[in-house]
Amino acid sequence: MTSVQTRTPAGTRRLALGITLGVGLVLVVLASIWIGSNGISPGAVWHGLLGDGSHEADVVVWGSRVPRTVIGLLVGGALGAAGVLMQGHTRNPLADPGLFGVSAGASLAVVLGVFVLHTTSASATVWLSLVGALVGAVAVFAVSTAGSGVASPVPLALAGTAVSALLAAITSFIVLGDQASLDAYRRWVIGSLGGRQLEVVQAIWPFLLVGAVLAMLNTRALDNLALGEEMARGLGERVGMARGVGLAAITLLTAGATAAAGPIGFVGLTVPHVARAVIGNAHARLVPVAALLGAGLVVLADTVGRVVTGGDAEIEVGVVLAVIGGPVFVAVARRRSLAAL
Amino acid sequence: MTVPVLQTRGLSLAYDKRTVVDDLNLSIEAGTVTTFVGPNGCGKSTILKALGRILHPAAGEVLLEGTPLPQLSTREVARRLAILPQSPVAPSGTSVRDLVMRGRNPHQSWARPWSKEDAQAAHEALERTGLADLADRDIATLSGGQRQRAWIALVVAQAAPTLLLDEPTTYLDLAHQLDVLRLVRQLNREQGTTAVMVLHDISLAARYSDRLVAVRDGRVVADGTPQEVLTADVVARTFDLHVRIVPDPVTGTPLVVPEEPALTGS
Amino acid sequence: MSVANPPVQTEQQTTGPEPGVRVGPIGLAWRPRVLAMTVVALVVAVVVAVLALGLGSAHLSPLDVLRTLAGHGEGAQEFIIMDVRLPRVLVALLVGVALSVAGALTQTFARNPLATPDILGVTSGASLGAVTVIAAAGGTSLAPVVANLGVPAAATAGALVAAALVFALGWRGGLQSYRVVLVGIGITAVLDALTSYQLVRAKVTIATAASQWLVGSLSGVSWQSVWPLLVVVVLAVPLALACSRSVAAAQLGDEVAWGIGVHVTRLGVAVGLLAVVLSAGAVAAAGPVGFVAFVVPQIAVRIAGTSRPPLLLSALLGAALVTGADLLGRILLPNEVPVGIITTIVGAPYLIWLLVRHSRELAS
Repeated sequence: MTSVQTRTPAGTRRLALGITLGVGLVLVVLASIWIGSNGISPGAVWHGLLGDGSHEADVVVWGSRVPRTVIGLLVGGALGAAGVLMQGHTRNPLADPGLFGVSAGASLAVVLGVFVLHTTSASATVWLSLVGALVGAVAVFAVSTAGSGVASPVPLALAGTAVSALLAAITSFIVLGDQASLDAYRRWVIGSLGGRQLEVVQAIWPFLLVGAVLAMLNTRALDNLALGEEMARGLGERVGMARGVGLAAITLLTAGATAAAGPIGFVGLTVPHVARAVIGNAHARLVPVAALLGAGLVVLADTVGRVVTGGDAEIEVGVVLAVIGGPVFVAVARRRSLAAL
Repeated sequence: MTVPVLQTRGLSLAYDKRTVVDDLNLSIEAGTVTTFVGPNGCGKSTILKALGRILHPAAGEVLLEGTPLPQLSTREVARRLAILPQSPVAPSGTSVRDLVMRGRNPHQSWARPWSKEDAQAAHEALERTGLADLADRDIATLSGGQRQRAWIALVVAQAAPTLLLDEPTTYLDLAHQLDVLRLVRQLNREQGTTAVMVLHDISLAARYSDRLVAVRDGRVVADGTPQEVLTADVVARTFDLHVRIVPDPVTGTPLVVPEEPALTGS
Repeated sequence: MSVANPPVQTEQQTTGPEPGVRVGPIGLAWRPRVLAMTVVALVVAVVVAVLALGLGSAHLSPLDVLRTLAGHGEGAQEFIIMDVRLPRVLVALLVGVALSVAGALTQTFARNPLATPDILGVTSGASLGAVTVIAAAGGTSLAPVVANLGVPAAATAGALVAAALVFALGWRGGLQSYRVVLVGIGITAVLDALTSYQLVRAKVTIATAASQWLVGSLSGVSWQSVWPLLVVVVLAVPLALACSRSVAAAQLGDEVAWGIGVHVTRLGVAVGLLAVVLSAGAVAAAGPVGFVAFVVPQIAVRIAGTSRPPLLLSALLGAALVTGADLLGRILLPNEVPVGIITTIVGAPYLIWLLVRHSRELAS
């Protein structure tokens, strides 16, 4: 009678990978705080962190780099986790969390805020986009369940496409008629961590926390659902409820991330695949690893965007992710045996 | 009189507006092996899904050990009833062991995610299905027969006293078909597992079942022991097929031999 | 053993020709309902076109329109119709035809109602080309010239280069649709990001002009826009019709299609090229008019009751939709609403309605 060993060779490998990921993440965070376009010396950064440095260092470190890093970690983590859930529930490896109407809803809300309320303040933007994101997601789910009663994979993708397109058309309509709205919209929609302060975290952390908890609660169900709905039901899984919890988690995580940084596309789509290659299929491990990978990726992309151009100019994190991620995606698509995807 | 393990009362089943089964009254006794046979589209898989609460009745009810299914939590049902649907799929990268471990889901909870009993049951399931050596292999790399055995190991690990198997032998070669059916009979004889199956091969069904139910257009044509049910008349009425029934030279159970229509001139 | 009864002689059932329509020596195996719907769509498209020529800041009756088209119009009417509205209506019709046919081809071949030619990188490439030119020339004295010639040219170039890139990178000993889709996603992401980057960096007035183009608009259309698109449509659409039987066979799955003699790889390349060329032509003339390629074939399928979108029906429906949308955009509000916004605001709710009504069919 063999008993399940606590540390199999696979387990050791996973532990090593986890440690590597953790170390990598720490390095990325350090890079993000120490490297930048402002030309401040490393020593000055250290003093800035401690609070006893020059005023300039203080402003740069605490006003810009630390907030960006923290928000980037949260955004990337949320999107990575949401991506795993999204692909698990839709059974579609091409599913991106933005498909749920979250991005389109957030964008429309932000634009309405400028157009109707004439507000462009950062905190207003965050709250507006949270509301818009949730409303957009609710609209998508409502459409998807209106006919059949259960949000099943194919109608969900179609509903997401339709609702997102409709919201985007309304957004375009407003934006083309009002210059202030267009200006706000184009800066928002590109996906950026620039100018975000730590107050943003205050607004989004409850959503991210609840979303993360729900995501972890959903992992067992996702493992069972991976075998098909009928098999999952046969194993005693309450499929409807599992889907509901999963979709709520995806919505909360994506809404929080979008509110903080605008719609960022690539993370939710690609990170789950990398995580799966690294850690296997068990969702209880997949979600945290994807979150870690996503966090590191976003902060890394943001850092690259800040240093790759000289002077004060920076390339927004959304652009960096796409411009680097796209070719990597293509390279992977060319190399791997696609049956694995 | 013991309560039947599964019972239907006035069961009607429908897909959208199309009624597939109407007013079915059936009982499955504990410790028996029952097989549903019938032509494609006759409703036998539909009945099995209703028994396994995968499909909700349009009318009537299904009782598990005397209790209507809707009154039991799905977890409770999963502890008493295991179902293996047709053509199940597992994501690539799943090992045999991972798959079999999923069968323990109904016995696990947040308070008790993984216990010694679970490990024991999974191990035994692998041994029983002869997959202990292949436990760490990726399912996608196995042959069709081995893969099906892995799924059966999953439902065995679930350790439910009743097993529902929807066409468990389709796409398997004869040797593997016999493997699966012998395993089911073994579970039945050794552990008293009640089995309800849907099979296409009528002769194999006769060999390995205590009771056959012939279904056509959602209605029961005949119900009884293989000897009682497998007559040329019943087969003709169920399948529109002209056959001769001979005793199987090995087991004595009815063996179905199709008649051959004379070829018309070209 | 007694011999079984001799088999009953079954009557030889002759199957007649498939129900269809014969016109002289040309037999078209069209089902009556598809044919009827196609004729209806043709009539609708013509009516919408005549209305679009007549309505606007100056109203002309349909009779006036027809008279002017025949050459007997009065001076002012002739100017309005021949110089201002006719090119616009023609481009609208052609854009509708091109996008719908491209969409129908892609959806049938990919066996997926979500498939659009956008995944081949066409729209993103065109957008990048157009926005780059608009941003580069905006504010300079070249702007008007650029708008007429440079933007369509850059859009066409961008579309074709992007599609070529997707095909080339997606080719690996053959053209697997899955790989092409993934490569398309990657390249589209890069191109869209570069477009966004320029939009953020440009002056707000230029960003507005670029955004106008990006949403799909016919406001800058002149006779110069008509000819290239006309050539594309006249060449590509008959080719698409010629392919349609093979494309229908491909819908049964690659292996079955090979089995009945369809060269799936070559067909894939042909369909891809046609979809790209049609999309590029349409986008170059009017920008990416949203939702047409996606939703018109779905409407055609439901109207005709077939399993795949009939090409001609889709083309005519698309022509009617885009022309009608542009007409609405011109007359609905004092400020013209770009046609791309109208098509999306019409198309998306329709898709939603379809989903709500037929969710179970779609789920299977």
